[in-house]
Amino acid sequence: MDAVVASYLPIIIFLVVCIGIAAALLIAPFLVAYRNPDPEKLSAYECGFNAFDDARMKFDVRFYLVAILFIIFDLEVAFLFPWAVSFGEMGMFGFWSMMVFLGILTIGFIYEWKKGALEWD
Amino acid sequence: MLLTGLGAAFFYLFAFVAIASAVMVISARNPVHSVLYLILTFFNAAALFILTGAEFLGMILLVVYIGAVAVLFLFVVMMLDVDFASMKRGALDYAPIGAMVGIVLASELLIVLGAQFIGVGQPGSVASPTPDPLTRTNTAALGDIIYTDYIFFFQIAGMVLLVAMIGAIVLTLRPTRPGVKRQNMGKQVARKVEDSIDVVDVETGKGL
Repeated sequence: MDAVVASYLPIIIFLVVCIGIAAALLIAPFLVAYRNPDPEKLSAYECGFNAFDDARMKFDVRFYLVAILFIIFDLEVAFLFPWAVSFGEMGMFGFWSMMVFLGILTIGFIYEWKKGALEWD
Repeated sequence: MLLTGLGAAFFYLFAFVAIASAVMVISARNPVHSVLYLILTFFNAAALFILTGAEFLGMILLVVYIGAVAVLFLFVVMMLDVDFASMKRGALDYAPIGAMVGIVLASELLIVLGAQFIGVGQPGSVASPTPDPLTRTNTAALGDIIYTDYIFFFQIAGMVLLVAMIGAIVLTLRPTRPGVKRQNMGKQVARKVEDSIDVVDVETGKGL
């Protein structure tokens, strides 16, 4: 157990270095950067105009459909990893178990394709 | 199994950051910040999984939750047309329901943890003890049992995914607009020179 956790030491070192560099880059501007705030610097430039309304607006629901379908197939692939790793030990039963699982999801995939959920317009 | 030494130090670090960022999820003013704290919570939960030896679960948490679910949350929060200020105002009205859900979850946790102390024990978890990670990796150990011993739950998972897929399509798919011009690859490839070009010999001074 400890050996497995210890094998993550490089990742911990990597994270510490990452956080160190990120913190340095965030803090350094406060110390060294030249600062002279002015409201005019943030206003719309010359003939530009201010924003009409909020950036949040009604969004086409099809974006979410694509995202949800992606997550479902993402999970399907997640099930394939342990199957592939211990493929040699599980025998034919495990193989056909996964084939049935993939078959069920293929039914969903065919449904999705034939329904036109993958088409944009 | 109790962690000691460096393992305990990392456990307390990850556990503390997880709880602190979980509190920030519900107390942050900006919903985008809430989702970012949620991602931090997921990340620390993944680190805790790895610390207990459940490497595969930790990695799946990273790939599925942080890689897909949290990004979808962020997408929804940033894009959806919701007035968050008015939603926050009524948040206290939901406190009793939230507290009830919390109590139910806490009591379920107590039942599960308490069962081990009074010796009930789950026969399922005893049936397949975790092998030594040095001889059989966590992912392989999971693969050994998911697809054979626990085939019923595995196929149920497939069915749940199928239902989720069909449900998402039924709920959100609108009929396609009429009169949309689509590219027909087969028709394009099957087109011949004779069908597309007419060579016309036009006499001088006469129109077509």
